[in-house]
Amino acid sequence: MNDKQLRRNQKGGVSYAKWGYLFIAPFFLAYFIFTFAPQLLTIYNSFFENYREGLKQVGPNFVGFGNYVKLFTPDKTGTINILKYTGNTLALWLLGAVPQILIALLLAIFFTSYRLNIKGQQFFKTVIYMPNLIMASAFSMLFFTLFSNVGPVNQLIQAWGWSDVPIDFFAYKGTVRGLISTMNFLMWFGNTTILLMAGIMGIDQDLFEAANLDGASSVQTFFRVTLPLLMPILVYTVITAMIGGLQMFDVPQVLTKGKGMPDRTSMTLVMYLNNYLGGSKNYGMSGAISVIIFIVTGILSLFVYRSLNRKD
Amino acid sequence: MNSVTPKEAKRAVVQLTVLRILVYVILIFLSVLCLFSFVMLFINASRSNGQLQAGFTLIPGGHLLDNLRNAWTDSSINIPRGLLNSFIVATATAILTTYFSALTAYGFQAYDFKGKKLLFGFIMAIMVIPSQVSASGFVQICYKYGLTNNYLVLILPGIAAPIVFFYIKQYMESNLPMEIVDAARVDGCGEFKTFNFIILPMLKPALAVQLIFSFVQSWNNYFLPSLLLTKAEMKTVPIMIAQLRSADYSKFDMGKVYMFILLAILPVLVVYIILSKSIIKGVTAGSVKG
Repeated sequence: MNDKQLRRNQKGGVSYAKWGYLFIAPFFLAYFIFTFAPQLLTIYNSFFENYREGLKQVGPNFVGFGNYVKLFTPDKTGTINILKYTGNTLALWLLGAVPQILIALLLAIFFTSYRLNIKGQQFFKTVIYMPNLIMASAFSMLFFTLFSNVGPVNQLIQAWGWSDVPIDFFAYKGTVRGLISTMNFLMWFGNTTILLMAGIMGIDQDLFEAANLDGASSVQTFFRVTLPLLMPILVYTVITAMIGGLQMFDVPQVLTKGKGMPDRTSMTLVMYLNNYLGGSKNYGMSGAISVIIFIVTGILSLFVYRSLNRKD
Repeated sequence: MNSVTPKEAKRAVVQLTVLRILVYVILIFLSVLCLFSFVMLFINASRSNGQLQAGFTLIPGGHLLDNLRNAWTDSSINIPRGLLNSFIVATATAILTTYFSALTAYGFQAYDFKGKKLLFGFIMAIMVIPSQVSASGFVQICYKYGLTNNYLVLILPGIAAPIVFFYIKQYMESNLPMEIVDAARVDGCGEFKTFNFIILPMLKPALAVQLIFSFVQSWNNYFLPSLLLTKAEMKTVPIMIAQLRSADYSKFDMGKVYMFILLAILPVLVVYIILSKSIIKGVTAGSVKG
C-alpha cells in the first residue's frame, strides 16, 4: 500500500478499514483454528503422559518435563535417540543441500552469462525443474524398485560383471543415505537454480559492465560483484532449504519402510515424530519432539542468517 | 581490455569454446541424471513381470496395457479410487488456497487499518514454521472430535497459506493499478464485488500459477493424510504408494508396481509438460523482488 493511496482514502472521508479486517479475517481464523491452536495444544501435550497401549489409554497425566527427560535419556545401547536422529537429519540434509546450492549457483551463472550464451535453456530448465513437482513418496518408491536386489541397477551391475551377487543398497548406511540425498538433490537443485538465476538477472547490468571496464576477470567479478549482491537471495535459499531439510520425511519414510535402516541411521526427526504419532497416538512424546524440531528450526535459521550476513 | 593482441584474442576464443563445451557436458549430464529414473519408469511399466526379471533393457516391453489393466483392477490397492480422492482433495485445496490468499493479499493491499503492519509481520514470521510441528495437536483434535477420514480437515487449513499469500501480494504490488478500485467505487461497485469481478480477473496469471502449485503440493502431500485417513476407500494416492512399499514386495507383479508409480505421477507430469514455461516463470515471481 503506498502513501498516496492511503491519503486518498482518508481524504475521501469514508473509512474502508472494516473491509480490510473482513478480507483478512478468513486467513487468520483458519490459521488460528488449524495451526495456532493445535500448536499450543502440541506444546501443552508435551508436558503430559498421554498414549495408547493396545486398547488401554494411559493418561493424560501431568509429568512436567518428563517427556523431554525421556527423549534425552540413553536407551539400552547407550544411544540418545533424539540426538542420533537430529544428526541423521542434518547429515542427510547437508549431503543433498551442499551440492544442491553449489551446482545451482554454477548453473545460474552459466545460464545468465552473455559470454557463454547457452542455447536450449528452456529445455534444460524444464528438465532440471521437473523432479521438484514429482510426488516425493512415488519418487522414493521408484528409487526403491530401481535399486532393489532384483531392480534394473543391480541387473546392470551384474550384466557388466562389476559384481556377481546383487549389491544390497539398503544394507549400508552410506548407500541408503546416498540414495536419499541424491533424491533430495535431484528434487531441489532445479528449483534453486531458477531462484538464483532470477537473483542474478535482478542485479544492475551496469555493475558488470563497470567491473569489466575496470579489467576485472570473471572470477573477480563473481566474488566481488555477483556474490555479495546475491547474498540476500542466497540466504533465503539456504534458510528455506534448511527448513525443508528438517521436515524431511516422505523420501526416507517410503524408501526405508519407516525403519530408517540400517540400524536407524537414516531415521529423521519427522519420522521419529511419525512413529509416536502413528500407532500409539503418543501425544506426549510427539509433542515434545515437535517442540524440539520447532526450537532447532529457529536456532538454525538464526545461525545461518547471521553467519551469511556477517560482513555487513 | 582495450589493447588486445590478435594472439590473445585467439586464445580467449579457444578458452571460451572449451568452457562452453564443458558447460554443455555438465548440463547434459545433469539432465540425464534427472531423466534416467523416469525413463526407466516408463520402460519398466511396459514390461511384464517375467521380462522385468529377465534383465535390464532400454527397450519397452509391449505390456503397457496389460499392466494398466492389472493395476487399475487390483483388489488390495484401489488406484482409481485413490486418484479420484486425491483429485477431490487437491482441487478443493487449490481453489481455497488461491482464492483466500488473493483475498487476504487484497485486504492488505487496498485497505488501511489499525495493526496492519503487525499482522503483516505476523504472516511473514509464520512462513518459516514447519507445518509438522503443529501436527501432533492437530491429529489429537481430529481424533477427539471424530474428524478422521474427513477431507475437510485436509482442505480447510489451505485457507491460511502464507507463501501463496506473499506471492500474490508481491504480484499486486507491481501489477495492480489501484486507480481501478477508485473507479469502481465511483461507479458504486461494492468492495466485495470489486474484488470478485474486477480484481480477480486482473490477477489471472498469478492465480493460475498458484492454483497449479497448490494443487501439486496437495496432490503429493503424504504426512498428514497418512495420519488422518485410515479407511481404505478414503485413502489418497501417496498413502497407497507407501502401502505398496510396506506390502510383501517379493510376491508382487513388478510391472504392476511400476504402473502404480506411473499413475501416481502422471497427472502432474502431463500438466507440467503442457505448462512448463509459465510454471517455471512462476517459481521466481513470489520470492525475488525486482
